[in-house]
Amino acid sequence: MKNNAIARKTSGVEKVLRLALYAVLLIMAFFYLMPLVIMLITSLKDAEEVRNGTLLSLPSYLHFDSWTKAWSGACTGSTCTGISPYFINSFKIVIPAVAISTLLGAINGYVISLWKFRGSDLFFAALLLGCFIPFQVVLLPMAQTLGWLGIASSTTGLVFVHVVYGVAFTTLFFRNFYQSIPGELVKAARLDGAGFFTIFYRIILPVSTPIIVVTVIWQFTQIWNDFLFGVAFSGFDSQPVTVALNNLVNTSFGGKEYNVDMAAAIIAALPTIIVYVFAGKYFVRGLTAGAVKG
Amino acid sequence: MNTNATNSESKKTQLGRPARLSLADWMPKIVLAPTMLIAIVCIYGYMIWTAVLSFTGSRMLPSYKFVGWDQYERLFNNDRWMVALTNLGIFGSLFILICLFLGIMLAIFLDQKIRAEGALRTIYLYPMAISFIVTGTAWKWLLNPTNGIQKLMIDMGFENFKFDWLTDPHRVVYCLVIAAVWQASGFVMALFLAGLRGVDGDLIKAAHLDGASTFTTYRRIILPSLKPVFFSALVILSHIAIKSFDLVQALTNGGPGYSSDLPANFMYTYTFTRSQIGMGSASAMVMLGCILAILVPYLYSELRGGRNEK
Repeated sequence: MKNNAIARKTSGVEKVLRLALYAVLLIMAFFYLMPLVIMLITSLKDAEEVRNGTLLSLPSYLHFDSWTKAWSGACTGSTCTGISPYFINSFKIVIPAVAISTLLGAINGYVISLWKFRGSDLFFAALLLGCFIPFQVVLLPMAQTLGWLGIASSTTGLVFVHVVYGVAFTTLFFRNFYQSIPGELVKAARLDGAGFFTIFYRIILPVSTPIIVVTVIWQFTQIWNDFLFGVAFSGFDSQPVTVALNNLVNTSFGGKEYNVDMAAAIIAALPTIIVYVFAGKYFVRGLTAGAVKG
Repeated sequence: MNTNATNSESKKTQLGRPARLSLADWMPKIVLAPTMLIAIVCIYGYMIWTAVLSFTGSRMLPSYKFVGWDQYERLFNNDRWMVALTNLGIFGSLFILICLFLGIMLAIFLDQKIRAEGALRTIYLYPMAISFIVTGTAWKWLLNPTNGIQKLMIDMGFENFKFDWLTDPHRVVYCLVIAAVWQASGFVMALFLAGLRGVDGDLIKAAHLDGASTFTTYRRIILPSLKPVFFSALVILSHIAIKSFDLVQALTNGGPGYSSDLPANFMYTYTFTRSQIGMGSASAMVMLGCILAILVPYLYSELRGGRNEK
């Protein structure tokens, strides 16, 4: 009897605790979701409703005008083309930069973990530091170098910069992944007469799909979200979308249009959000992989 | 030289197929060469270059007239720099503490066999996929006193509600903290959740059999075993804090005045818009020093720890 009573009592306490637990978790979910929801609501209001309503007041009907304007009519600095050209610029930068840095990282990782030579580990350690330097220490020399190479203020220049400073991370990812491949595999293949590239292409690449996905997603997110390199090295018509968004928001031409700002911000965030929603597992793996061996 | 450097496997190959040796042997080095070049020039070379510039009187264009430690002296006598450094201290410590607190709390809560854990985890972490520019833009709208949260609360009936930190030079740095915590705390949650899932289940069972409460088990057994995760999180968060640049640009643009500048913003402004390359480089070197001060002990202990395990 007594035992039973205690059991019931603890289960009652536990119930309350569990309720509190869920309450906290839901409140936190609200905290994380609120800005996105408010952005969405705001982007669907017209100027009048933005001025007179509050953050949470709903639009009377769905105005997509601010979305059209953000995409093709809003002024960023002195031109009024919306953010669409810059959105395209971002893709022009991201696609080659991700492809090149991933490929380089794969082959570097392959060498560093399976074709070790004297100094390769030291080199890896030295490269690792490249993941962590504050990029402020390379900004000015890089600006000069891009000038000498004749690719300053172009998307090509930005591709170059992103490859240069992305390759440390991609090498890290692939190296850690290839560490788990037994060296005997390579040894056996070599005895069978397979060369450096044959082994890479026929044996290593086919098992690399997961790490390729992780790296591509990581690099895509990093480069798409970059602002520092974009603002320091881009020219007028090679700006990535983050720089254009910042210009749009800080342009005080003819009054603030928060609904347009919010629509533009959502558009700028959309590609990485889509990637996150569909491949979140790999995104998280990239985040933690970078951290574990950081 | 080359033969000395090869390992035993390639020697075996040498016996079998001497003709193939040299190319196969050089291939790894040839393949690694571009990245080596990048690392030597674009990481270490540029670092040295910036260090050199910080000892010159460079203004609009780099010049190589050396002035000793003058730029550093000017830097630390510069009010704007001192504001940026102070802001980094406040922003950095609050950002790290709150992120760690929220992240660990959420990870432990999510670890209690929660329904819809996957959905909640997705919600907590999605800000990490967004750029700081978007985060800044969103929070600028939420925090602005005329239309944002302040107005929302007043319209809901709290007539004296005041929340104008964004325009208050003494409080604006807390706005940076709020937005940055929103963005990065989910990341700490993900790190710790992964850590918690890796803790030996038998250990927890044993503790429960000994009559330890859930709370005690976490405090005495589980959390202490996550010390490495804790240090990784600490290093990554300080790294984010020191490098913070985009968020300030988007949320406050350094204002009001320069009251919310961080070192990265100072560096950018002085190097690229104020034509003070020498002083800008000096500030970049101080930032590098801060990162190294955190990173070197961490890497050292990691490497030493790894050796001990072997």
